[in-house]
Order: sequence, then structure tokens, then C-alpha cells
Amino acid sequence: MLRYVIKRLLEGIPLLFFISLILFLLMMNVGDPIATMGGRTITRPEDRERLKRQLGLDKPIIVQYFYWLAGNDWTNVDVDGDGVPDKQGARKGILRGDFGTSLVTRKPVTELVGERIPNTLILMVAAEVVTLLFAMLLGIYSALRQYSVMDNFMTTLLFVAYSMPIFFVSLASMYVFAILFKRWGLPYLPTVGMFDPQVGKTASQVLAHMVLPVFTLSVPYFAAYSRYIRGTMLEVMSQDYVRTAKSKGLPRRQVVYIHALKNAAMPIVTVVGLDLPFLLGGAVVTERIFAWPGMGRLFFDHVSRSDLPVVMGILMLVAVAVVLFQILTDVFYAWLDPRIRYD
Amino acid sequence: MTHQTLLEVKDLRTRFHTPEGIIHAVNGISFQIREGETVAVVGESGCGKSVSMMSLLKLIPQPPGEIYSGTAFYHGEDILVKSEQEMEDVRGKEIAMIFQDPMTSLNPVLTIGRQLTEALREHLGMNQAQAENRAVELLDQVGIPDAARRLHDYPHQFSGGMRQRVMIAMALSCAPSLLIADEPTTALDVTIQAQIVELVARLREALHMAIIWITHDLGVVAGMADRVIVMYSGFIVEEAPVEELYDSPSHPYTLALLAALPRVDRRRDQRLKSIPGTPPNLLLAPRGCPFAPRCEFVLDKCRQENPALTRITANHQAACWVDVKTGALR
Amino acid sequence: MTAHTSSIPQLTDDLSTPPLTLWQMGWLRFRRHKMALAGVVILILLFVFSFGGMVFYSEQEANFTDTSLRLLPPSVQHPFGTDTIGRDILARTIYGGQISLFIGIISVVIETLLGILVGALAGYYGGWVDSLLMRITEALLNIPTIFLLLVMAKFFGNEIPEIEIGGRVFSGSVIVIVVIIGATSWMYLARIVRAEFLSLKENEFVLAARATGTSNAQIIFLHILPNTIAPIIVSSTLSVANAILSEAYISFLGLGVQPPTATWGNMLDSSANYLDSAPWLWFFPGMLILLTVLSINFLGDGLRDALDPRSRTV
Repeated sequence: MLRYVIKRLLEGIPLLFFISLILFLLMMNVGDPIATMGGRTITRPEDRERLKRQLGLDKPIIVQYFYWLAGNDWTNVDVDGDGVPDKQGARKGILRGDFGTSLVTRKPVTELVGERIPNTLILMVAAEVVTLLFAMLLGIYSALRQYSVMDNFMTTLLFVAYSMPIFFVSLASMYVFAILFKRWGLPYLPTVGMFDPQVGKTASQVLAHMVLPVFTLSVPYFAAYSRYIRGTMLEVMSQDYVRTAKSKGLPRRQVVYIHALKNAAMPIVTVVGLDLPFLLGGAVVTERIFAWPGMGRLFFDHVSRSDLPVVMGILMLVAVAVVLFQILTDVFYAWLDPRIRYD
Repeated sequence: MTHQTLLEVKDLRTRFHTPEGIIHAVNGISFQIREGETVAVVGESGCGKSVSMMSLLKLIPQPPGEIYSGTAFYHGEDILVKSEQEMEDVRGKEIAMIFQDPMTSLNPVLTIGRQLTEALREHLGMNQAQAENRAVELLDQVGIPDAARRLHDYPHQFSGGMRQRVMIAMALSCAPSLLIADEPTTALDVTIQAQIVELVARLREALHMAIIWITHDLGVVAGMADRVIVMYSGFIVEEAPVEELYDSPSHPYTLALLAALPRVDRRRDQRLKSIPGTPPNLLLAPRGCPFAPRCEFVLDKCRQENPALTRITANHQAACWVDVKTGALR
Repeated sequence: MTAHTSSIPQLTDDLSTPPLTLWQMGWLRFRRHKMALAGVVILILLFVFSFGGMVFYSEQEANFTDTSLRLLPPSVQHPFGTDTIGRDILARTIYGGQISLFIGIISVVIETLLGILVGALAGYYGGWVDSLLMRITEALLNIPTIFLLLVMAKFFGNEIPEIEIGGRVFSGSVIVIVVIIGATSWMYLARIVRAEFLSLKENEFVLAARATGTSNAQIIFLHILPNTIAPIIVSSTLSVANAILSEAYISFLGLGVQPPTATWGNMLDSSANYLDSAPWLWFFPGMLILLTVLSINFLGDGLRDALDPRSRTV
């Protein structure tokens, strides 16, 4: 199994480099790099030339890519733009965590992103846990009552839930649970931000504010996972080894939750891994609607303001997270399945 | 040793509801099993032998299956009317079953130790330590070397033959009175087959256990069985003690099966005899005898009326209008 | 023993059916799928609504702003109400629907072509072609699509000026959106097509074709590709829903199709601010999007059951 882990990690590295190359090429081709990296629109040709040399844009693409990756503080660069490389560069390169500074706030990208990541993580982890828990319960329930009216009804309902665009769920749930409830005098849920600034960032505040965003994020995933678990459970329940377990006279609960579920739940691990990109995408929309101060909202805000360093930094970070997470889930799956673990 | 009737099945019928129609898998079979006896159930694939035995233990998924008629008295109780919960007390403890494919019949994500001890803990109330000790004993009995260590292994770490031994150990762990063996050797190599058959025979003696041995291999039957039931298209077509069956088969299907066996003492250049035609389409409830389309001895009456089992000698029955020794109506 | 000439029996023929082609079998299975049929009906209705609605409302009416009429709730004159600058929402959903559906379908066409091309080349040629193409595919798969879309929409959104077709003026961003959605969604299909090609190219009919000197291009497009149509159809159908959703997401965030050209997505933009005072702003466009996605999903599910019975997910 160790071999498998090492293999996956080794495979991930070239992939990450490839992604970084794609993102770099994208970055070089959007907008006006001179303007975005220089900070303002330069029109005079001499200034453009000078800025070009200062920013290293006159060098071949490969060199630029390399500096982006590994920085340029170990070599001499043309800091004043006169055509002569004479001073040490200041960039450390993304491999050492230097993603540049935001054009809008002048703060280092890593600092900006670092502030926001925990907030997004809270949402996503909560959404994932809620989703999996309820999906498992519902999936098993449906699988066990396969041809019943309830099962057919739930299947259709879940289909609808699965097709709902995230903003529709957000807006609808906001409307019902915040606005209508308020109108009807019922206790209502907050819809803006992470906590009420007058009360402060307490646990209960954050939890209350989390409800609607997490609900929004979970709905389509819950629907998809329920159907998926139902499918795998149905498949597993018709397997020979479940028949053997039944033939031994084991109580139904043991057959379902131990013999069947253990097998049916394993593919979920892989699916969770593959879903991360979509969950992150959903976070962008959700954070915007609920004004949740997370990474998705940061991304959107800075894209709107053409702040390339932040945008690229987040893109790269997100890609790294996705690749690593998928490796993690694959390894976890390999550990769970004794056929792979003991090979 | 008593030879009381252990299981008495009357007019068992099972069907399956499919989008294409109703499949009549078991069409009214009746038989008895006595304590300690070994009965072989023989027939081609699809003749209903597995389905009928699985119906006894209610292992048929309902829907789409349906056990819609019949009784099965075991120890004085009709097990076909028992609830699912009540069946849990019968399965594994009184009547055990082993299946054809050892590759897929063991749960791949649980250790075999776990799969062995769960029945012991459930039916015999043992605690984990006691169950594990007993499991080791059982593995020894079925011939798995280094049993104590192998308790912690997973099924994929065993070969096919060993897996089948583990299945046998699991089935016999609570000393059932009846073992239903559904083609347990079909998926194994011939040499391993012999070992498994011999193992089951040995254990049968020790436990005074009755066995229903389902197979399509008449060679296995000869070595193991006291009695043979031949099935075709969901019906029992012949039933006899094993020697009588081989000496004087009375149903054309049995005749054909025996004739199809390759024999060492035949001339090498003789073609193997196969049964012409194709197995019946179970979507149709047949009008006449289900074997009529393929029968060597078919007469008009066969196509019109399905013969019931008629007694030929004291222990020998066959469902046929024709006397196969003469070719004329019985 | 007398010799019997046993003839091969005549089995009753009532139950035997003539062999059916994939399409006939598929149609039979599809018909049984009530949800899929419902999906088709709803889709047809939506198309009729969007394109047939032109008869009732001219585009002038859709873009006609009258701030004195702003934010009116649904009424007889304005069945869906009016928006923040007084435009009739029903009219806008009609014309918006045209754009949304157009974007959905055309971007899938682009995506399908790209996906087939990449998947077929990778699967057929193998070797370094496969490695390279798959690396690119995997790399793009690991970047969440919305992020990529937002970046590209922001920076390329204004590249194309307004276009005029048949007397109507469309914002150039429509084309941009179509292209970028197509360019960021082909990876899933590419993987499917590649898998199909990998398994099919070992088949004997391919060997036979090669032996008779058929060119590679012909083998790929005339021999192997037709056998992969079923999963391509299923995947492409479901992709339309995704494309419509993608457009809706980025338009909702304000970076998609630019006004005054309407789409269901950009009608939702700024509706969040008027959530309690004017719920009809988001309800109608949102509902239309939901219905479209839902019916496409039903349809796709039915198609999958009908054409690709191996993939039973239910």
C-alpha cells in the first residue's frame, strides 16, 4: 500500500506543474499584464518599455514562468528598467509561497487568502458532513424499500432537488426562512455575513449564520448522494455475499449496516474526492449571496476588480487543494478496501 | 440412529414477476428429507433446483419473486409461513446453505474470522473469545492450515478451494440438521472438487446431518447421495435411490442425462450424445409434458397432458406416460 | 431399441420476437420511462414559450424601460411583474429564454466536438498523444469550472462587439460565453470517448478495416465513432443542463451576458437586493431555469436507461 501512496504522490507532482503552466499562460494572456502588474494604465511608450523590463516581461516565456515558480531573489534582475540587470530580485516564487501582492489592497496574496480560507472551510466541511449523513440515511432507507410508493416519490423529489440551481435554493430558502418567517413572527434565520457585528463573533452567532448557506450548499449534493448510495446499496444487496449473510440467519440490521453498507459506502469516498471542485464552485455563488467572508467571495470580488495576483493565487491554491484532496481520498479508499491494502 | 422425516415439502410453487412476463420457476414440487440422508437434486441450469431450495429458506427476493403456494414442514412447523424474524432463527442454525461461487459468496471487506464468529455469537450466544476459539477449531476441521493466524485474513487472501472450505466451516458452525449445498463444486477444479466432496462426506458423518446436494454433475451424485431427485422445467420428473436410478432410469430426461455422460468404456470414435433442442422457456406455463419437445419417446398424449409422478417401485417415482423400456404407454 | 427420427422440435412461436436494433430497443425502453417523457414535453413547452412567445411580445417591449413602472407585482398587464427599471418580466423571460437555450445548446455543440476530438485521438493513438492530451484534460478537470469561467468571462467578456442578426442586436458577450463554456466543459466527454475508443479499437472490425487499408481518419470517424454514439448522446444531453446552469451562474454574478441582452441568468442579478420587496424578480427566471434543468435531467436519465443499459445508476 505504501507503494500506492508514493505512486499517487509522484503522479500528482507533474500534474501540479502542468496546472501551474496552464494557469500561467492564462494569466499572461488576459488583460494587459503591464497594467495589471504595474498597477495602472501606462500609455507612454517609453514608460511601457521601462515597465516591461522591470516586470521581466521582455524575457522569454519559459524564463518568466520559471521566475514565477521559483522567484528571482537568487539572481540579478533589472529593477530600474534600464536594461541592465544589477540588483537582486525580490520575488520568492510560488513554490516558496510568494504569490505576489494584491493590486487592490496592496497586501500579500497569501495573507488575504489565509484570512478567508478557514471561513470557507467551515462551510464546506459542515456541508459535506450534513450531506453525507442524511444522504446515507435516506439512501439506505430508499434501497430497502425499493418498489414502495415512498421510494418512487422520494426518487422524484430528489431528482428535482438535484436539478435546482444553487442560487435558486439560496434565494428561495432566504425568502422562506428569513423573510417570510420574519413576517409571520416566527424566529428567523440571519442571511448576511458570518455574525452580527453588534453581537460579535461568537459560536452561536456563527452557527446561526451558517444554517442557510450550509443548507444551500447541501441540497443538490444531498440529492445526488442519496441517489448514488441508493444505487450502490441496491447493487450490493443483490450480491452473493449478502445472500450468504442472510442464509446464516444474521439479524437484518447486521446484514444491512455491516455486510452491505461497508461495501456500498466505499465508492462514496472516491466520489467525495471528485466532488471537491464542484463544492468549491458552489461556495463562490453561496458566499456571494449570503455575504459570507470566504475565499469564494474573495475570488469573485477580486476578479471583478481585475486583481490578477489574487485571482491567480486563489486558482493555483484551489487546484493544489483539489489534487491533494483527490490523492488523499484515493489513498483512504485504498486503505479501506482490504483487497488493496493487503496486496 | 433415527430416520425420522426432517423436512416435508408439498406442492411448492415459486414464480418471478418480470417486465417480460411471469417466469414459472418452480411448479409444484413435493419431497421429503429424512434425518441424516443425502439427497442429490439434479437437472440442467434453469430447471428450478436452486430456486426451489432457496425458496425454502426464503432467500428469494420478494418482489420480484413470489412463493405463492406450498408448505414446508420442518420439525412440525411450516417454515414457509414464518416471518422474516422467525426465519432468522432457522437459517444458519437449523438449516444452513452453501453456495456455488466461493469468490463472490464471502464478504470481501470483513475478515473470515468475523464472518465465522458472527453466526456463533448470534445463534449460540458465545462471546468473542469463545467464538474465536471455536472458529479456529472449525477451520482446522475443514483443513485450513495455520488456522489461528488466518482468522484475521480476508477472503481474497485464500484460494478458491480454501474459500469453499471456509464457507463450509461457516455453514456447519452451528451444527445444523440440514445442509443445502447449491452446486458447491461447480466453480472449482476437478481435484479440488473431489477434496470438497470428501470433506463434506466426512463432516456429515460427524454431525449426523442431512444434505440436499444440488448439482448438474451426475458423477458427484454417484459418490455422495443416498437418493436422487431429477428436476426439469420446475417439475420433479424422477425420484429414486441412487443405485436404482443408475440401474433403471425411468424418465426419458434421466436417460438422456445418463447417456450424455462421457464414459471411459465407450469406443473413442463414438460421438457424445447430447440432448437435442433447447431448455424450456419458463415464461410459458406448459400445456403438456415440459420435456415433450426434446423427448425421444414422445407420444401424442405427452403433448396434451402433463404427467404426474407415478410410482414405479416402492421408492422410485417418475413423471412420464411412457415406459422407457418398451416405448409404449405405461 | 427402435430408431426414432426425432426431429428438432418446433417450439411455440408466440413468444419469439424478431431481433430489434439498438434504436428500436432504446425507443421501447424510453417509452416506459414516464419521467423522461414528461421531460420531453416540458422541454417542448419551454421552447414554444421562448420562441413562440415572439409572436406575442416584440423585442422592443422586452427592452422597453419605463421607470415609472418599476417593480410592479404580477398583474394582468404584466403577468410576471416588472423589473428594477420598468421592463416587463414576462417579455424578458421570453427573449431571455432564447438566449439561455441558445447558449446551452451551442456551447454543448462546441464541447461535444472538442470532447470527441480529444477523446478519439487520445484513445485511438495512445502513446505520447494520449499522455499529453490526458494531462491537459486532467489539469483542467482539477480547476473548478466556475473559477475558470469567471476569470475568462471577466477578461474576454468585452472582446467581441455587438452583433446584429436579422434586425436584432445581441451583446457580443453571448458569443464569448458560448465559447468559454464550451472550452471548459469538454473534459468529461473526452474521458468517456477515450474509454470507449480504448476498448473498441481492439475489436476485430477495426483490424479488418485496417487490413483493407482504410485510413486512420476513416476508421476513427466512420467505424469506431458510430459505436460510441450512445454514451455521447447521454452525456451531451445532460451537458446542456450544465451549460445553462453555468451561464446562469456567471450571469447572476454579473460577469456573463451583458444587458440589455436578457438571459434568465442575468435577470437574477440584483434580484437578491429586492428579495423581500419583489420576489417575482427571481422567482420566474429561477423557476424557468429549474424547469429546464429538471426536464433535461429527466430526459437524460431516460436516454441513459434506454441507450446505455450497462450504466444502471438507479
